[in-house]
Amino acid sequence: MRDAAQLSSRIPVNLFRTMKKYKNDLILFGALLMVFFAVIIWNLFTAKPGGFVEVKVDGELITAFPLSNNIEYEINGINNGKNILIVRDGEAWIESASCPDGLCVNMGHIRNTGASVICLPNKVVIEIVGDATDDASVDIEVGQ
Amino acid sequence: MNNRNRIIKSVPVYSMLIALALILSYVEAQFPPFFAVPGMKLGLTNTVVLITLYLKDSRSAVFINIVRILIVSILFGNGLSFVYSMSGGLLSGAVMILLKKTNRFSITAVSTVGGVAHNLGQILAAMLIMSTSAIAWYMTVLWISGMASGALIGFIGGILCKKLKKYA
Repeated sequence: MRDAAQLSSRIPVNLFRTMKKYKNDLILFGALLMVFFAVIIWNLFTAKPGGFVEVKVDGELITAFPLSNNIEYEINGINNGKNILIVRDGEAWIESASCPDGLCVNMGHIRNTGASVICLPNKVVIEIVGDATDDASVDIEVGQ
Repeated sequence: MNNRNRIIKSVPVYSMLIALALILSYVEAQFPPFFAVPGMKLGLTNTVVLITLYLKDSRSAVFINIVRILIVSILFGNGLSFVYSMSGGLLSGAVMILLKKTNRFSITAVSTVGGVAHNLGQILAAMLIMSTSAIAWYMTVLWISGMASGALIGFIGGILCKKLKKYA
C-alpha cells in the first residue's frame, strides 16, 4: 500500500523532471509543428479551384490550358524526355512519363491554384494558376 | 611531433566515417522511390555527420559532409543531384552546428531541425534551378517528413554517440 503511494507520488515528479530536462527540445518541436500547421491552415484557407494549367519546361512557359477543357498533351521535356499531361473535370495530372522514377505520375491530380506537379529529370513543371472565373487571362497566357 | 601524431591518428577515423557515409548512401539508394514527393527520404547518411559533430567538432563535421557529398555525387549521381545534395547538406550542417553551439538542445532536437533545414535547402535549390516558385507548395510535406526522419536519425545518433564515445 505504501509502495503504491510512493510510486504514485514519484511518477509525476519524474515526469516533471524529464519535462524540465527536455524543456527546450519540447519548445523547439512545438515551434516546428506550429509553423507546419500554420502553413497547412493558410493553404486550406487560400486554396481555390484554379482556372488554367501552365506547362513550363526548364523555367520557360510553353503553353497553358483552361481546366474547363478536356485535353491530352505531350510535353517535350529536356533530353528528349516526354510527359503526357491530361486535363479533365477541372483537374490536371501527368498520366505517364519517360523518366525512370515516374515520381510526377505518383504526385497525383491537382486542381487548386498554386498546386503543381514537377518532373525533375525532364525539368517539367505543370502548375495551376488563375481563378476559375477569370476568363480574360487565357489569351494572354497562351499568347506568351 | 604532437601535431603529426594527431594527423596520423585522425586519418583512419575520417576514412572510416566517410566509408560509413558512402555505404549508408548506397543502402538508401536501394530503397525504391515509393514516396510521392521527391526529396522525401530517411537521410541515413546524416547519422555520420551528426556523430562527427558530437564526437569530434564542427570543422570535422563540415569536412565529412562536403567530402561524402562529393564522392557520392561522383559515384552515383550527376551534376544536378550534386547541387541538390550540396545545398541541403550545407544548410542542414550549418543549422545543426549553430544549434549545437547553443548547448540547450538534445541531439534529437538538433537533428530534427537539421532534417527540416536539409529539405528547405533542397527546395530553395530546386526553386532556383527550375526558376519557379511552384515547388514551395511541397515544403509542407517535406517539412513534416524532415522532422520525422530528423528525429529518428537523431535518436539513432544519440545511441551511437553513447556507444562510440570511448573510441573518439
